[in-house]
Amino acid sequence: MRMLANVYRLGVKELWSLRRDTAMLVLIAFTFTLSVYSSASSTPPTLNNAPIAIVDEDHSQLSQRIISAFYPPEFKSPVLISHAEVDEGLDKGTYTFVLNIPVNFQRDVLAGRGGEVQLNTDATRMSQAFLGSGFIQQMVMGEIDEFVNRHRSQTTPQIDLEQRAQFNPSLDKSWFDSLSQIVNQITMISIILTGAALIREREHGTIEHLLVMPVTPTEIMLAKIWSSGLVVLVASILSLNLVVRGLLGVPVQGSLTLFFIGVALHLFATTSMGIFMATVARNMPQFGMLVVLTLLPLQMLSGGSSPRESMPELLQNIMLVAPTTHFVELGQSVLFRGAGLEVVWVQLLSLALIGTTLFTLSLLRFRKTIGQMA
Amino acid sequence: MANGTASPVVRLQGVHLHYGKLEALAGIDLDVPAGCMVGLIGPDGVGKSSLLSLVSGARAVQGGTIETLGGDMRSRRHREQVCTRIAYMPQGLGKNLYPTLSVEENLQFFARLFGHDAAERRRRIDALTRSTGLHSFLDRPAGKLSGGMKQKLGLCCSLIHDPDLLILDEPTTGVDPLARSQFWDLISRIRRERPGMSVIVATAYMDEAQRFDWLVAMDDGKVLDKGTPAELLGRTGTDSLEAAFIQLLPDEKKRGYAPVEIPPLDAPEDDIAIEAQDLTMRFGDFVAVDNVSFRIRRGEIFGFLGSNGCGKSTTMKMLTGLLPASEGRAWLFGHEVDPKDLDTRRRVGYMSQAFSLYGELTVRQNLELHARLFHVPEADIPARVDEMIARFDLHASQDALPDGMPLGMRQRLSLAVAMVHKPELLILDEPTSGVDPIARDSFWRLLIELSRRDRVTIFISTHFMNEAERCDRMSMMHAGKVLDSDVPARLVEKRGAQTLEEAFIGYLVEAGGGTPEPDEDAKAPASQTPDASLTHVAIPRRSGFSLQRMLSYLWRETLELQRDRVRATLALGGSLILLIVIGFGVSNDVNNLRYAVLDRDQTTLSRNYALELSGSRYFTERPAITDYAEIDRRMRSGELALAIEIPHGFARDVQRGKQVAIGAWFDGSMPQRAETVQGYIRGMHQHWLADQARMQASTTTRTGEITVQGRYRYNPDVKSLPAMVPAVIPMLLLMLPAMLTALAVVREKEIGSIINLYVTPVTRTEFLLGKQLPYVGLAMINFALMLLLTVTVFGVPVTGSVLALTLAMLIYCVCATGMGLLASAVTKSQIAAMLIAMVGTIIPATKFGGMSDPVSSLEGVGRLIGEIHPANYMFTISRGAFNKALDFGDLVSSMWPMLLAVPIILGASIALLKKQER
Repeated sequence: MRMLANVYRLGVKELWSLRRDTAMLVLIAFTFTLSVYSSASSTPPTLNNAPIAIVDEDHSQLSQRIISAFYPPEFKSPVLISHAEVDEGLDKGTYTFVLNIPVNFQRDVLAGRGGEVQLNTDATRMSQAFLGSGFIQQMVMGEIDEFVNRHRSQTTPQIDLEQRAQFNPSLDKSWFDSLSQIVNQITMISIILTGAALIREREHGTIEHLLVMPVTPTEIMLAKIWSSGLVVLVASILSLNLVVRGLLGVPVQGSLTLFFIGVALHLFATTSMGIFMATVARNMPQFGMLVVLTLLPLQMLSGGSSPRESMPELLQNIMLVAPTTHFVELGQSVLFRGAGLEVVWVQLLSLALIGTTLFTLSLLRFRKTIGQMA
Repeated sequence: MANGTASPVVRLQGVHLHYGKLEALAGIDLDVPAGCMVGLIGPDGVGKSSLLSLVSGARAVQGGTIETLGGDMRSRRHREQVCTRIAYMPQGLGKNLYPTLSVEENLQFFARLFGHDAAERRRRIDALTRSTGLHSFLDRPAGKLSGGMKQKLGLCCSLIHDPDLLILDEPTTGVDPLARSQFWDLISRIRRERPGMSVIVATAYMDEAQRFDWLVAMDDGKVLDKGTPAELLGRTGTDSLEAAFIQLLPDEKKRGYAPVEIPPLDAPEDDIAIEAQDLTMRFGDFVAVDNVSFRIRRGEIFGFLGSNGCGKSTTMKMLTGLLPASEGRAWLFGHEVDPKDLDTRRRVGYMSQAFSLYGELTVRQNLELHARLFHVPEADIPARVDEMIARFDLHASQDALPDGMPLGMRQRLSLAVAMVHKPELLILDEPTSGVDPIARDSFWRLLIELSRRDRVTIFISTHFMNEAERCDRMSMMHAGKVLDSDVPARLVEKRGAQTLEEAFIGYLVEAGGGTPEPDEDAKAPASQTPDASLTHVAIPRRSGFSLQRMLSYLWRETLELQRDRVRATLALGGSLILLIVIGFGVSNDVNNLRYAVLDRDQTTLSRNYALELSGSRYFTERPAITDYAEIDRRMRSGELALAIEIPHGFARDVQRGKQVAIGAWFDGSMPQRAETVQGYIRGMHQHWLADQARMQASTTTRTGEITVQGRYRYNPDVKSLPAMVPAVIPMLLLMLPAMLTALAVVREKEIGSIINLYVTPVTRTEFLLGKQLPYVGLAMINFALMLLLTVTVFGVPVTGSVLALTLAMLIYCVCATGMGLLASAVTKSQIAAMLIAMVGTIIPATKFGGMSDPVSSLEGVGRLIGEIHPANYMFTISRGAFNKALDFGDLVSSMWPMLLAVPIILGASIALLKKQER
């Protein structure tokens, strides 16, 4: 009971401190509003305005047909270039794709002699290259097939492929990006808020003051965790409701309560992590380095920016230790797939386990090093 | 001495200064005579330090005129000209020194700033350190010097350029009496050698002021009186400056003042509050406290007298349980000290040396918080807090923030906080350090009342002799050892001394603690130095940008970086690990997608269709689905990324040439993955159709095959590493250098060494470039290591121009470090700088810079940021050089925008950094 009272009071003190720190408040507000909004609204589908050039050496009806198949928004209107300009255009990155239609292509196709259209793709363009290359090949084949079918009455099986994207029918990227941004900001702010605040207390000598009072290290740490956790939780609730659902108009399928329970558990883990890092670092510059080195993998390898399935299995397993991995999974399941507790209990349990482990580790470390902090 | 009656060295007219609402200086008019030693005396928070920082040019003038050395300090030109003739030593031990640098390095740094050449520097440093007794400590880091030595070093650093005006702000506060008297001897010797030099000193010790030529007594931002010490004494009719000062105060302040009187202690001998036996504290090899024992009776005032760093604070921390003792034991009220014993803690009040209240909480909130934490019953709290506010006279400022209050008042608040739970024992670590005489006396009256009336035991440490004299008993401490403990009067008696100070110095010399005056040493080299003739010759005229000053900062920053191994190791080692992890981990090649089939047809043809998928390396088959509900459930759980439905009568309908549709449901919650799935499945479908067509057609006519031959340029095998590595390197080299530099500048602001930018001739450009270049160097080493790793371990070659890549990377690193500087130029706290650096780099680098989506395909704000951000161009160059075999000529066009960004970023940082405190 007394412990709870102490934890509550120390936490309130943290909140007071934060209230006076205008710079910090502005930054928190910025990261949860403008930052989320701008990065979510800036990424269109992968194939958007993809720059393409076509070397048309055939000048036939068929080649015209192929050229006119490319139009915005997926592609920029194709630029017709000569053979000599191909290398330069790709080298400079002016075009991601160059399609080469050879001489006498239409004649050969109609004569059943076969033919080959060449598609050059700038492989350094990452996502666009891989996705676009396949897409263009299918488009061109489709155009050729249709053309041929009109000229010959050959029967191909009338089999359609009906594709339906579940949960996000138009594959709007802002849905996913806004979520992964919020996840990233939650992680970043909570780590910095707890960790840097602890280092600052140490550098300014106020931690010593706490230590002579009848409060235990556990209470000090719990107070820091609940107070910064609460701030981030509130910020994320506001951000999700006002920015993501409001401004960006992203529909949310599942239970928000369930999601925010997940956020709270995640915060338990990340704030513990922040405290742990602050006990490892001797000064703020070292802490800054640690933050960069931890946040990058947390953001890039947890499935929030590229799919986990395509990572090496060893790495996938290592990343299971990171709270973000489970949190991203939970966010996607609940918010987009509308999954309920029966599905995400695994993630909740994992987050709770990771949080408890991190908390225990930092508490041990905090107790051990706190003497040297004074 | 007072030969400077001709023209004043400093002339102040109607000088005003405000910090927000607080008025620090209220119209000061003052002419300070040249060529003599001028003392500024007065309580804390009356504006002494503010006045000195204005005179030195460290702080910008708000109102009135200040003329220093014959020119207006509001004029930037005059400040630039005159700053080589002024030396300013700010308040605080070693405030403008760099703790990780050695004595030699600190001196070299300042000497270089003032433009001396190598031989001249050597000569001056040797002369100065010999005459101050620092010569044998040249290699010791400044942070490891004792307080007195730190101040001597600070003085050496100030004197390195032969200033005409030396400004010292409380130079001896917190220094032991031996070191203090040595310090003043040193000053007089230097003044003998350079009689033209004017010295202005602010001091809290009235006994020191006695030896100055001319004094200015200040109170409440106003000048009370000025004149020689004798004049002041004569005018007030007193026999000590302390008394004279009190006389000079306005009546309302004097009211209620009476000399401190101490009633005798009446305590039983066997009622022991604190007992310590052989307490020892070791930090590594260093013995901070060596076998200290004492017993303090209940209600007694027990003093610890000693210089900074002699082990007073460490002993106190051991008693409070803050530090576990290496050896020995201690008891509070008969209970052995145990950090886990919260009940004993509640009986103790502790006031630490560093002011450690919460600056963000008001006076009242601070008191309430502490009352609650010490479990004062909730109902009693308002009354208790009111009682404290009344008792410690905090009524007027109960809703103010402590940070804006004068030091004396903050000390009262600290004591109030330590007392709010009515402890039986108070442990006070230098509670009156830097507090003026009146405030100190009233503080002591409070202590005496607590001791005699409330029977509170008080264990106090101090470096003021007259405070030590007031204690019932005291211990003299030096270098971790107790020299002697007894009643103060008996200690004086024992040594046969006149005063306690004399007795203490006697003990110190006996213990070999004080460095003996290096007179012999000092005279020889000092007299060789024709200081007077050198005065202005050696100082080159200041002319715009000085390479030497820039190099001086560069050299210093490099040394600091070298000393903080952990930081550099984290930057270098961490980046290599990240390169490996992210290089292998992130790829756009989506595979192992889990799918399942709902085959309602169950014919050869339908199985044939499903087979097409299971043969693909992109897909992993899961157990078949039986109905729609199952699709929904399994997809919702995230188990399936794709579900294929083959309808009833599929084979039959195909045979009849009827239109049929195969359903493909895929999980769209992760659009990028969904797009890929979409692509794969469409391709597969088409392929299957073509196969079917060929099988049909082969029975009739053979036709040639029509293909779209896809060729991936630059990375034909579509490997992940060659695609990722050229992007990961620029990404890391944006974030890490930015983070390093962001903290480099703002850290100086938080710690205080930024003052050297304000008062030395160094310009903002020189300062920033000097701070930036070491980090550019570190980033380039980082780049070289990552390049090596990429080429050797990853086997990803640089197919194009290595030279162009390196050059571009250099420009890019200048941009990246510049962004860090920009972040730190606009912020005041390290946390804020860190956050800005994070926000300003991580999103542009990973999302807007074209790392995965090309900038040309972005929209809105992201597009705009991407277009102007150097990262965009660096990604292009990096990929061009690694993958596309481009040479210098091909890459140069992408370098121009980055090159253009350099002056913009640096210009903005320089413009936003301030050369004076405001």
